[in-house]
Amino acid sequence: MHIPDGYLSPITCAVLYAASAPFWWFALRRVKRLLNTKLVPLLSVFAAFSFVIMMFNIPLPGGTTGHAVGVGIAAIVLGTWGSMLAISVALLIQALFFGDGGITAFGANCFNMAIVGSLVASAVYRTVANRAAITSTRRVVAAALAGYAAINAAAFCASIEFGIQPLLFQDASGAPLYAPYPLSIAIPAMMIGHITVAGLAELITAGGVVAYLQRSDPSLLRFTAPDAPDENELVEKGGWRSTRPLWIGLAALMILTPLGLLTAGTAWGEWSAEDFADSKTREEIAAASLNQAPPEAPPAGLERLSSVWTAPIPDYAPPFLQSEQFGYIMSAIFGTGLIIAFFLLCGWIARRFSRDNREVSPTVSGNE
Amino acid sequence: MNSAANSNSKSAAPRKKRRRNFVERTLANLIRNLESALFAEDTARKNGLLQRLDPRVKIVGLLALILAVTLARNFFTIIFIFAVALLLAVLSRVPLRTLAARTWLSVLAFTGTIALPVIFITPGDAVFQLPVLHWTITAQGLTSAFYLISRAETTVTLSLLLVLCTLWTDVLKALRVLRVPTVFVVILGMTYRYIFVMLETAQNMFEARQSRIVGALAGGESRKLAAASIGVLLSKSFYLNQEIYLAMQSRGFRGEVYSLDEFSMKRRDWLALIVFLSVALLAFWLGRQDSLAAFLSF
Repeated sequence: MHIPDGYLSPITCAVLYAASAPFWWFALRRVKRLLNTKLVPLLSVFAAFSFVIMMFNIPLPGGTTGHAVGVGIAAIVLGTWGSMLAISVALLIQALFFGDGGITAFGANCFNMAIVGSLVASAVYRTVANRAAITSTRRVVAAALAGYAAINAAAFCASIEFGIQPLLFQDASGAPLYAPYPLSIAIPAMMIGHITVAGLAELITAGGVVAYLQRSDPSLLRFTAPDAPDENELVEKGGWRSTRPLWIGLAALMILTPLGLLTAGTAWGEWSAEDFADSKTREEIAAASLNQAPPEAPPAGLERLSSVWTAPIPDYAPPFLQSEQFGYIMSAIFGTGLIIAFFLLCGWIARRFSRDNREVSPTVSGNE
Repeated sequence: MNSAANSNSKSAAPRKKRRRNFVERTLANLIRNLESALFAEDTARKNGLLQRLDPRVKIVGLLALILAVTLARNFFTIIFIFAVALLLAVLSRVPLRTLAARTWLSVLAFTGTIALPVIFITPGDAVFQLPVLHWTITAQGLTSAFYLISRAETTVTLSLLLVLCTLWTDVLKALRVLRVPTVFVVILGMTYRYIFVMLETAQNMFEARQSRIVGALAGGESRKLAAASIGVLLSKSFYLNQEIYLAMQSRGFRGEVYSLDEFSMKRRDWLALIVFLSVALLAFWLGRQDSLAAFLSF
């Protein structure tokens, strides 16, 4: 994740320095106003903390280990702006004194991890945790999701930065000068590693640390949740209530899914191998592609890969259903149900993870 | 350290070598960082060429060289600057073997792995075909892989030369020349100091825990342990922060930062600055010559 020197062109580096500068300036102003003279020791100590936890090997399911950046937990404890500065300082020390991450690429690394990471982590944590009690399980889930989303957003930014290099910078013979992989390779290569290993490390760090702090030092979670109630009971009553508008919206979207049938043509780029044979669909493809005629035969790779996986509900309408509209709604409910089931499973795992926090919490929570 | 390995006889098949658990791996990581910082302080105190120069000259000069490497559009320039870096390392009594083992090999392992597929997938003139797999290696692919590796090696060498030949306190002081705000420089300095406090705290925590581990750690258990360790470190850093703040206040800290500026440029420093900048300028110029690449590449 730490981009070394030589992977990005100087222009890309300059652009990312320039993009980071206003965030640093604004963050420094915000944090200074809030902390006044406390700024210097607080930022120093937390930057040192961020540096040290980047050295930790986080054990992952399956016996491997991975490194976490810690941007999730930093954003939860220090808030968006404090975390931005603390992680930036930690990254600068890594680049300057330990040769880890480039000096010219420092702006890029800060932009990806410190800035985008902090913003995403805070947004996800605040949205998911909402007004849940400080010691509620929901905060653990929110933190885990925040860490996971933040590191993946950062990796995505990095993969785009890598991916545009070969397009823009080549030497006289056409050899890429910097990171050589195009977007089509850089994005999947970066994202596979981060959706699995690095993302999990961040997920475990953020979720696990919040679960730990809930039972040992809940006051540290106060800063980003000043008006959250202390006790768990309040959560049982109203913790999820505020998400009700979201549920209503989701239901409305599901019912409206057949609207997709009203649009003309096929979705651009979502053609199947058969579509290239059908003359009517070919016209649609051509019309949607600036009148570029599609190739006569389907591309060989598309044809080969399309036989690998057959969807259980082809074209959103299972064969036994006669009505297409109803098929769409059924598919929407089924698909959404799968996603919700997945997150409930995540929640259940997180609850197991923080189970013994319940046994201790009555004496600890709410005192600080 | 190995007592844990023998006690676990649950698995039926005899295990070749026990994987080190995450506590040991983290400990190794922490110690490696402490070591590299100590190594840097050690070489920074030697009496070499770079060590004798004004830190500001070193920062400006080495940064100019790094910039020249990233701007170069042909091999020759990159190799030229790498040679300059090697010369600087030798003249500054930086042990090349340690540099090779610590830095060059690990960069080669990392960047090399990333660069390997490039030699096959970059479209261009074929130079060689692998016998069994029928993958074609292209000239452009080789060039591109070479750019990536040589650039990464050269820049990391140059940036390490700075810390290997300058005490970190001087690096920080010199940063102000680059218009880094004083408050940032002070934060950087304090961070660097407290990194070692934290590294040591973490090391103690993990050593204490490791000495109590018998048998293998279950996955869930180790994740809990990792999260709890980070949580403890976080709480500790919070208290540490409060104590530091009180200590600073009791010494009259009001939020303004002053520092002594005791650098003075000698004739040697001006000379070094001129040499650095002219080498960098030469490299800038060489780096823009596309024809040079064509001429030199057989």
